[in-house]
Amino acid sequence: MLEVRSLTRRFGGLLANDDVSLRVAVGEIHVVIGPNGAGKSTLINMLSGDLAPTSGQILLDGQDVTALPPERRSLLGVGRSYQKTNIFRGFTVRENCRLAAQSRAPHPWRLLRGADRYLDTNRLAQQAIAQAELTGREERIAGTLSHGEQRQLEIALSLATRPKLLLLDEPLAGMGAEESQRMVELIRKLREAHAILLVEHDVDAVFALADTLTVMVEGRILASGVPTEIRRNPEVQAAYLGEELAGE
Amino acid sequence: MNRNQWIVLVLVALLLAAFPMTGSTFYTQLITKTMILAIFAMSLDLLVGYTGLVSLGHAAFYGLAGYTLALVQPKYDPMSIFITLPAALAACALFALVTGWLVLRTRGIYFIMATLAFAQMAYFVFHDTGLGGGSDGIYVNNKPVVGVGGTKLLDLDDRAQFYYLVLVTMLVTYLLLRRMLDSNFGRALAGIRVNEHRMRAIGFPVARYQLGIYVLSGTLAGLSGYFAALQFGFVNPEILSWHHSGAALMMVILGGMGTLHGSIVGAFVFVLVEDLFKDQGVFGAFAKHWQLMMGALVVLVAVFLPRGLAGLGAVLRRRRAPETAAVTTTASPAPTGATPTGRASAAGPSTDARDA
Amino acid sequence: MDFAASILIQLLNSVQYGLLLFLVASGLTLIFGIMGVINLAHGSFYMVGAYLAWSLASMTGNLLTAILLGLVLSVALGLLLEWLLIRHFYERDHLYQVLLTYGLILVFEELRSIIWGDDVQSATVPALFAHSIPLTDTLSYPVYRLMMSAACLLVALGMYLLIRRTRLGMTIRAGAHSRELVESLGINVRLLFQLVFALGVALASFAGMLAAPVSSVYPNMGGQVLIICFVVVVIGGIGSIRGALIASLLIGLVETFGQVFLPAVAGMLTYLLMALVLILRPQGLFGKA
Repeated sequence: MLEVRSLTRRFGGLLANDDVSLRVAVGEIHVVIGPNGAGKSTLINMLSGDLAPTSGQILLDGQDVTALPPERRSLLGVGRSYQKTNIFRGFTVRENCRLAAQSRAPHPWRLLRGADRYLDTNRLAQQAIAQAELTGREERIAGTLSHGEQRQLEIALSLATRPKLLLLDEPLAGMGAEESQRMVELIRKLREAHAILLVEHDVDAVFALADTLTVMVEGRILASGVPTEIRRNPEVQAAYLGEELAGE
Repeated sequence: MNRNQWIVLVLVALLLAAFPMTGSTFYTQLITKTMILAIFAMSLDLLVGYTGLVSLGHAAFYGLAGYTLALVQPKYDPMSIFITLPAALAACALFALVTGWLVLRTRGIYFIMATLAFAQMAYFVFHDTGLGGGSDGIYVNNKPVVGVGGTKLLDLDDRAQFYYLVLVTMLVTYLLLRRMLDSNFGRALAGIRVNEHRMRAIGFPVARYQLGIYVLSGTLAGLSGYFAALQFGFVNPEILSWHHSGAALMMVILGGMGTLHGSIVGAFVFVLVEDLFKDQGVFGAFAKHWQLMMGALVVLVAVFLPRGLAGLGAVLRRRRAPETAAVTTTASPAPTGATPTGRASAAGPSTDARDA
Repeated sequence: MDFAASILIQLLNSVQYGLLLFLVASGLTLIFGIMGVINLAHGSFYMVGAYLAWSLASMTGNLLTAILLGLVLSVALGLLLEWLLIRHFYERDHLYQVLLTYGLILVFEELRSIIWGDDVQSATVPALFAHSIPLTDTLSYPVYRLMMSAACLLVALGMYLLIRRTRLGMTIRAGAHSRELVESLGINVRLLFQLVFALGVALASFAGMLAAPVSSVYPNMGGQVLIICFVVVVIGGIGSIRGALIASLLIGLVETFGQVFLPAVAGMLTYLLMALVLILRPQGLFGKA
C-alpha cells in the first residue's frame, strides 16, 4: 500500500534521512524504532507531506504522491497522528471528529445547511469515536480530557478521515502503563483494515505490535525484518547497547 | 440561535423599527449610518473574529463599492440599483479575489501589513489618478432607483424608507451569516482558526476556504460601502483610509469578537462614543480634539478589554479581588469561540495555550 | 550630457529616498524580528523627530543642538511608551498590538495638532549644506541631499558594525532567532528589548529630522512613511536588516524613476513590486521560510 523508495532529506550539511526504503501493506503494522536523532520524525513528516524530501519517491497504491501537499495526501487515504497532541482543544470530542469526517464530504457551497445535518458525516465521526474507544466522552471539551484520552482523540481524528494508511507518531507518548496497554489494544484492532506505520520508543509496545520492524540509526536503515530476527541482530544490539532488546 | 437570542433579536429589531417614528431626522440618519457600519463590522468580524485573519485594509472594499457607484451612475441621472449594486459588489469581489490570493500567501505580521498595503494602493488609485475626483472626491448626485419595469418599489430619497432598507439588510445579513457559520463552511473556518495545521492534515484545502471567506467578507463590506456612499451622496479617498480600517477593527473588538452581534453592538457603541466626544456641549472647546479621546479609548480597550464589553464584567470582578492575577496579565484568554491566530506560524500547530 | 546628468540626479534621489526609508524600516523590522511586536505608531516617531527638529531648531537657532535634544526626547518618549504599554503586549496576539498602536497613532496625531498645529511647516536647510553642486550648465544637485545619503549610510554602517561586530549585536541576532534561547543564556531580555526599542525609535526619529527640510513637516507624514515601510519589510523579510536595505533601495529606484517615466502609475509600482514578491517569495527576499 505504501512504498518508500530511496527517500533522502538533507538539512544543509546534515543528512537526516539517507536512502530510506520500506513497504507497508494493509493488515501490517510496520514499526520504526531508533535512538534520538535517527531521523524518524523526518521520515514521518515526509510521508505525511509536512516536509519535502530532497530526493526519493513515496508511492501510495502505486501512485506517486511525493510532490503532493498534506491535504491532498489525506484525501488519498493517508491519516497521521502527531507525537505532540495536535487536536482542536476548544471543540468537543464530537466536533473534533465530525470536522475530520466532514473532510470526506465537505460540501463547502451549501452555506445554509447546518453542519450537524449530514448523516453520513455524523455516522463516520461516531465510528471513529467508537474505534478510538472514546464512546461516552463525546460532549467533553477536548482540552479537558486526560492525556491518554487526548492521545486517543488524536488517533480518532485520523480515523474519521477513513484512511487506508495510518502514520502514528509515538502514540504512546507520555502514557502510563495502563493507558499504554489500552492504546496497544486499540492499535492492534486497527490492523485488519489499515496499513500502519508506527514510530515508537516503548519497547513492550513495539514487540507486542510489530509485524515488521525497521531500525533506523543516523538517518539510515540499519536493519529491517521480522522482530525476532531484528532482536538477534548483533548490529542492532550494538546500536542499542544490547540491554533493552536482549531482555524482555 | 437559542430562544433567548431570538427574543433579544426581535426586541432590538422592533426597537429599531419603531425609531423613525420619533421623527428626529438627525438621529434617523445617525442610526442609519450606524447600521451601515454594523454591516461593515460584521464583515470584518468574519475575517478577524471567526477565521483568525487580521485584515487592516478592509476599508478598501468599503470605498471601492462607493466609488463604483459614483463612477457607474451617470452624473445627472439616477440609475437602477439593480445595475449599480451588482457592479459595486462585483468590483469588490474581484478586488478581494486578486488581493486575497496574494495576501493569503502570507501569515501573521506579513498578512496584516500586506492587507494594509493593498488598501493603501487602492487609496492611491483614487487619490492620485484621474479615476476618482482626486482628493476632492466625487458626488453621488442621485440616489439609485429601486424599481422594476417602471414601478417604483422604494424611494431612497425618503430617509425613513432608506432607514428600513438598511435595517432589513442588517438583520437579514446577521441571520444569514449566523446560518452560514453553522454550515460546513463555517465550521471549517472555525477549525482553521483554531488549528490550521491539523485542518490541512485531515484533508481541508485551507487556502481555498480562506480565500472564500476573504471574498465573501470583502463583498459584504462593499455592500455597506455602497449604502454609505448612497447615504452621504459623496465619496472621497478618505473612506479608503486605514483610519477607517482601524475604526472598524475597534468596533469588532469592542463589542466582542467572533460573535457577529458583538459587531453590531460595537458599531453602535463606537458611533455613540464618537458623537459624545465631538459634543461641544459636553467637552466644550476640547471637543475638536475628539480623536485624542478616541485614541485613548482605543488604547484602554486594547489593554483592559480584549474581549470587548462582553468581558467588562469579568475585568471588574478581577479588580475587586487583588489576590487574583493583575488585570494586565499578558495573553488574556480570548473567548473559546474566537481565538485570532494572528500569530499562526507557517510551521506546526497553532498555539495551544490560547485555546484553553 | 544633460540626459546623463538628469539620470544621475534621479539615481541620487532614488538612493537618498531609499536610504531614508531604510533608516525607518530597519527600526521597524528589528522591533518585529526581536520582540515580535507590530508597532503602527513607529511612523509617529518619524513625525515626532521631524516636528521636534523643526521647533527646537527655531527655538535654539542651532540645528545640531536641536537634533541631539530631539533624539534624546524621542528616545525618552519611546522608552516611556515601551515601559507603560508596549511591554505588556509582547506575548499578546498581533491583533491587539495593532489595536493598541492604532490608538496611539490617533493620540499622537492629536497631540501634535495641539502642540504644533496643523499647518505644513518647512524646516530650513542648515546654511552649511544650503548650496548645490553643479553637474552641467543647467543642472545641479543639492548638497543637503548628498549629506542626507551620507548620514544614512553612516548610520547603516554603524548598525552593521553593531550587529555583526559587538556582543550586543550578537545578542540581538540571537534574540531575533529565539527569545527563549536568549533568556536561557541568562541575558537580561527586558534590557535587550528596551535597547532595541530605543534604537528603533531613534532611527525613525533621526530619519524624520533628516527629511524635514526636504519633504516638509506636515500632519500624517508619519502615516505615509509607515505604510511604505511596511512594504519594505514585506519585500525584504521580517528581521532582516539586509533585506530592509535592499528593499528600500529597490523601492527608492522604482518610485523615483517611476515618477519620471510613468507618472500616472508611479505610486502603484511599489505595490506591484510587493505583489510580485508575494507571488514569488512570500516570506520576503531575505525572510525565513
